[in-house]
Amino acid sequence: MMSNWVEVGTLNDIPKLGARVVKAPEGDIAVFRTADDKVFALRDKCPHKGGQLSQGIVMGYRVACPLHDWKIGLDNGIALAPDEGCAASFPIKMEGNKIMLSLVPEDGCPNK
Amino acid sequence: MKDKLVVIGNGMAGIRTVEELLKIDPLAYDITVFGAEPYGNYNRIMLSPVLAGDKTIDEIMLNDEQWYVDNGVKLHKGVEVTSIDRVNRKVIAADGTEEPYDRLLIATGSDPFIIPVPGNDLEGVIAFRDIKDVDTMMAAAKKHKHAVVIGGGLLGLEAANGLMEQGMSVTVVHLMDKLMERQMDGPAAAMLKESLEERGLHFLMEAQTESIIGKDRVEKVRFKDGSEIYADLVVMAVGIKPNIKLAKEAGIHCERGIVVNDTLQTYDPTIYSVGECVQHRGVAYGLVAPLFEMAKVCANHLARMGIGRYEGTMTSTKLKVTGIDLFSAGDFIGDASTDELVFQDKARGVYRKIIVKDNKIQGAVMYGDTIDGTWYFDLMRDETDISEFRENLLFGQAHLGDSGHGDDNRVAAMSDNTEICGCNGVTKGEIVKAITVNKIFTLDEVRAHTKASSSCGSCTGLVESIMSHTLGGDYSTAPHLKPMCGCTDKSHDDVRAAIGAQGYKSIHTVMEAMAWKTPDGCSKCRPAINYYLVCKFPELNLDDSQSRFINERAHANIQGDGTYSVIPRMWGGMTTPQELRAVADAAEKYNVDTVHVTGGQRIGLYGLKKEELPAIWDDLNKAGMVSGHAYGKALRTVKTCVGKEWCRFGTQDSTGLGIKLEKMSWGSWMPHKFKMAASGCPRNCAEATIKDYGVVCVDSGYEIHVGGNGGIKVRATDLLCNVKTEEEVLEYSAAYIQLYREEAHYLERTAPWIERMGLAHIKEALIDNPEKRKELAERFNFSQTFMQDDPWEERAKGGEAHEFTPLKVIG
Repeated sequence: MMSNWVEVGTLNDIPKLGARVVKAPEGDIAVFRTADDKVFALRDKCPHKGGQLSQGIVMGYRVACPLHDWKIGLDNGIALAPDEGCAASFPIKMEGNKIMLSLVPEDGCPNK
Repeated sequence: MKDKLVVIGNGMAGIRTVEELLKIDPLAYDITVFGAEPYGNYNRIMLSPVLAGDKTIDEIMLNDEQWYVDNGVKLHKGVEVTSIDRVNRKVIAADGTEEPYDRLLIATGSDPFIIPVPGNDLEGVIAFRDIKDVDTMMAAAKKHKHAVVIGGGLLGLEAANGLMEQGMSVTVVHLMDKLMERQMDGPAAAMLKESLEERGLHFLMEAQTESIIGKDRVEKVRFKDGSEIYADLVVMAVGIKPNIKLAKEAGIHCERGIVVNDTLQTYDPTIYSVGECVQHRGVAYGLVAPLFEMAKVCANHLARMGIGRYEGTMTSTKLKVTGIDLFSAGDFIGDASTDELVFQDKARGVYRKIIVKDNKIQGAVMYGDTIDGTWYFDLMRDETDISEFRENLLFGQAHLGDSGHGDDNRVAAMSDNTEICGCNGVTKGEIVKAITVNKIFTLDEVRAHTKASSSCGSCTGLVESIMSHTLGGDYSTAPHLKPMCGCTDKSHDDVRAAIGAQGYKSIHTVMEAMAWKTPDGCSKCRPAINYYLVCKFPELNLDDSQSRFINERAHANIQGDGTYSVIPRMWGGMTTPQELRAVADAAEKYNVDTVHVTGGQRIGLYGLKKEELPAIWDDLNKAGMVSGHAYGKALRTVKTCVGKEWCRFGTQDSTGLGIKLEKMSWGSWMPHKFKMAASGCPRNCAEATIKDYGVVCVDSGYEIHVGGNGGIKVRATDLLCNVKTEEEVLEYSAAYIQLYREEAHYLERTAPWIERMGLAHIKEALIDNPEKRKELAERFNFSQTFMQDDPWEERAKGGEAHEFTPLKVIG
């Protein structure tokens, strides 16, 4: 499928170890920034009870859901074992300081 | 090429170390394991249930052979290592196999002690140590009648019980005058013996074996006094000794066991050792919990991470002999300097004794009902001052006003569908299944797999009880100093002390200096460290908003559906028509779904979107209202009754006092939420005696109460003291809050904090020592000069805008 790149802002718009929300027609997408300035995007919905992952604490390449502390991988959207589930992951590419987000999720996770 | 790790010993300690190593660095080594027994790794403590017919061998296997294949571990099973060539770094086995190593792990465990009497090598004379012994016993039970078990300790009694279950007539021979003298005192041992005799076991006490007689197979056992008994099977269960033969022959320093340092390294730096074969700080262990702690530390060093030391384990024994629960820990005999608290009811088969010294538990022994064993052990391990509940100590934790659980604590009698963890809806059956199916041993693992006790934690004791019932004898709780979280081995107190001593000023510095194992910590340690820094250096504005839970970052409570609640402060529970009008206007303007009066006399508006928060805060600010911190680990509310201004019983101005208390302490960050109340008379309508800090006005002045809790576990306050003036109430309050802020662990309410430290400690700081009280109050007031800015106002004016606005809206 075609990617569908949208510029959503710059790296500086997101605090380190933080996240911001992109409101899209199909639902909110959480955009995360790690300590080493990597940017990742996930559907803003924990596979457990739908908590907003954008509101969680970011650590390494993971985020802890604010509702029940499930840990979700930022790079793949997969819940850390022994929990099971996933949040759809969206491609990001950086153009200099600009964050480009694709609205077409990666394959593999049904929770789009 | 990868380094080679060779493990001698395919038992619980060795394989646990391999598992821990694979967890942290799966690619570090090519791993080879030698096991003398022809099986995978099995749970040796479960041999007794196998003998008794309650379990099968398959059920006690921990790692089947497929596990070794899946993890790329080479297993030489049924192959005994005969020597270690340290010069050429290789091990040599009986079948001629040679394996070179870069690192060697010796986990040879222990051997049963065989008493040196004539005839000890006859057929039918065995120990009770491995699957082969169990097979021999079960075969003997089919053909023969009379069994003699030498040794009246735990292992001997379990063997005797198993053989009796298999249909044999069993006599237990014991050298001492009481059974299990290392775990039981006189009365408990006597009750145990009586009960076992009722079930059909025979005992010969103070009997010293002289010889075992028979032609080919054992026929009789003869004692020093000349008497003899018939025996077709003799099981020696008089103890174990560390198996150090290989290490000793290789010239590695051994005493009673293989001597290791705190990293489990032997005197040869390439050789490590764990389990029952080692001697660490002079102690050789024979229980599971220490082995697992050793395994964890050893794996860390094998992986060259170099973090963590094994500092020994305080062990307790909780076990079941033929269905009778026993528990013992620490020094349960005592001496002239200790007190003995004893409870005994022979008819019910219950006995408990606690040894107390200076109001701290030194040890305990329990027979029959052992549900409180873990509680006593925790009190002992944490050196908790028990003076406050000493008179009820013997009756157990259920008698301390724990209205939450009480008599439900009988886990053995619970059905499988009894809900244990109310937060996460986990039943007893699910916990038992997680333990048996996943073969897990620790509380953390149970939490990870089931979520039980991972939220509010009030069911932790129950979960631990279920674990000890399910796992049997050797379940023991965590080590003395619990690490903050999985990111570190350091405890909360370690981190606070280091921040104080080293003056670390950022979360990152703390983690780096204290060798954190993860790059950014986790959702447990980061908020804790952030709080400790903010508490220590209020003037430096060190707060890191990305290390706060969302509620404190957004200054509103996130609800289950992702909306937020807004609760403005109403000082001392007082409000005005203007404020009520402003709240009503805001509720209408923002289409608030729910307006609710809270338990702390405030009004809550529910169902707001995050983007709306700054605007509604601005409206409320304009009416003079500020954040109520209903979302924070901070002062929540001061609840009051109307006091003498209106009430005919009122003795003092409780509302006025409530307002002063709230104005003084709002805005301060604390280890956990903090609630106060002021009641105008002893009728106590403001319920001050279940608050963190409660004031009850009396005719002569004010009673100050501390450490109450109306939540998960109801706890009535302790009376701290009586004072005469409002100024004193405020000073004590400031000092008390500061003591709590400086000493409690993050997320520890005042009730457990006081139970941990003892009320005497609080009194010492606040009453016995007026200077210290004044210093504490001054530190609190100093800190408050930096804390009392309304976070709503700042954000209503545009601060932290990124928190409340979307990055982008598409479509």
